[in-house]
Amino acid sequence: MLSILEKEIINNGLVAAFALVGFIVLISGFISRKLTYGRLQGSAIAILIGLALAYWGGIYSGGQKGLADISLFSGIGLMGGAMMRDFAIVATAFEVQPYEARKAGLIGILSLFLGVVVPFIVGASLAYCFGYKDAVSMTTIGAGAVTYIVGPVTGAAIGASSDVMALSITTGVIKAIMVMIGTPIAAKFLGLRTPRSAMVFGGLAGTVSGVSAGLAATDRRLVPYGALVATFHTGLGCFMGPSVLYFATKAIMA
Amino acid sequence: MIIYGTALLAICHLLGIFLGDLLGKIVGVQTNVGGVGIAMMLLIFARMFMEPRGLLPKPTEAGVTFWAAIYIPVVIAMAAQQNVVAALRGGYVAILAAFGAIVCCACIIALINHLEPKSDVDPFADGPDSADSAAVNIKPLA
Repeated sequence: MLSILEKEIINNGLVAAFALVGFIVLISGFISRKLTYGRLQGSAIAILIGLALAYWGGIYSGGQKGLADISLFSGIGLMGGAMMRDFAIVATAFEVQPYEARKAGLIGILSLFLGVVVPFIVGASLAYCFGYKDAVSMTTIGAGAVTYIVGPVTGAAIGASSDVMALSITTGVIKAIMVMIGTPIAAKFLGLRTPRSAMVFGGLAGTVSGVSAGLAATDRRLVPYGALVATFHTGLGCFMGPSVLYFATKAIMA
Repeated sequence: MIIYGTALLAICHLLGIFLGDLLGKIVGVQTNVGGVGIAMMLLIFARMFMEPRGLLPKPTEAGVTFWAAIYIPVVIAMAAQQNVVAALRGGYVAILAAFGAIVCCACIIALINHLEPKSDVDPFADGPDSADSAAVNIKPLA
C-alpha cells in the first residue's frame, strides 16, 4: 500500500508539490497567528520552513538542490524552478500601476548600478583580506557578492579556478538567503512602504530570488515593483563583471 | 475564456526572455539581460492597451491573476531547493562577503528611501483617478 502511494507521489511530482506547499502555508499561517500574534508574516515563516527543509534535504541526499534531490519531493524542483518562478513573477506585473513605476525610473537605474558596484567592491576587498590577492580571484568573488549567477559567469569568462568559482557561487547563495530572511525584519529600517522604495530595494539588493522572497514576506503588493528592477540586476552584473569591473580591479592591483 | 489570459501571459513571458537573450547577444554577455523584466513591461503595456478597449473581461484577467497569486507558493518551493548546506559550510569569506555586501546596500537603500517625499496617498489604491490624485497630493513632510 505504502509503496503504491510512494509511486503515485513520485509519478505526480508537481501535484504532490502543490499539496506539500499548501500544507506548509497552512502551518505557517497557524504559527504566525498563534505563536507570533501576526507579528511575523505567514509567508516569511513559510519561506523559513522551506529553507529548513532544504537544509534537511541537502543533508539527507548529499545533493545540491535541497529538498528537490529527494525523489519523493522532486516536484518541488519543478514548482520552484526558474520556469515557474519567472512565469509567476511576470504575472505579478499585472498589478503594477504604470504611473508608480515611471516615478522611480531614474532612481531605479541609479540603484541598479550601485547594486552591482557596491557588493563587488565589498566582496573583492574581503577576498583580498583573506588572501585571494590576484585580480581574477578578487573579481570572481566580488562578482559572486553581486549574485550567484554573476559570479560563475564572470569567473568562467576570466578563467578563475574551480574552488574560487565555488566560493563565489556560495557567496551569492548566502546573500540571497540573507536577503530572504533579513528583508521582513529590516523592512522598517529600509523604508519599504511604496512602489518607489521597492524598486530602489530591487536594484540595490539585486538577486531576484532574494528580492522576490524578501518582498513577498514583507508586503505582497511590493513584489512586482522590486522584481521589475531586480531582473535587470543579474544582466547588468554579467555585463560589467568580466569587463569594466575586471579591468578596474586589474588596474588597481597592478 | 480563462486560457486567453494565461496564453497572453505565456506569450509575454516567451517574447520577453527571447528579447532578453537577444539583448545579451548584442552586448556580448553569455546570459539573458532583463528578459523577465522585459516580459513584465510587455504585460503592463498589453494591459494598458487592452483594458480601455474592453478586451480584458473578468475571466481573461483571472487567467493572469491566478498565476500572480500562486507566486508566493512558488517562492516557498524555490526556498526549499536552495543549497543551504553548502551555504552554511561556505566558510568565513563567503559569509563575510555576503553579509558585508548586504549591510552596505541596506544602508544605501535606507538612505535613498528615507529621502523620498512622504505622501498621504495610498499608492496601491485602485481606480482610474488614483494616478492623478497621487500627483496632486504629494506633500513633502520631511
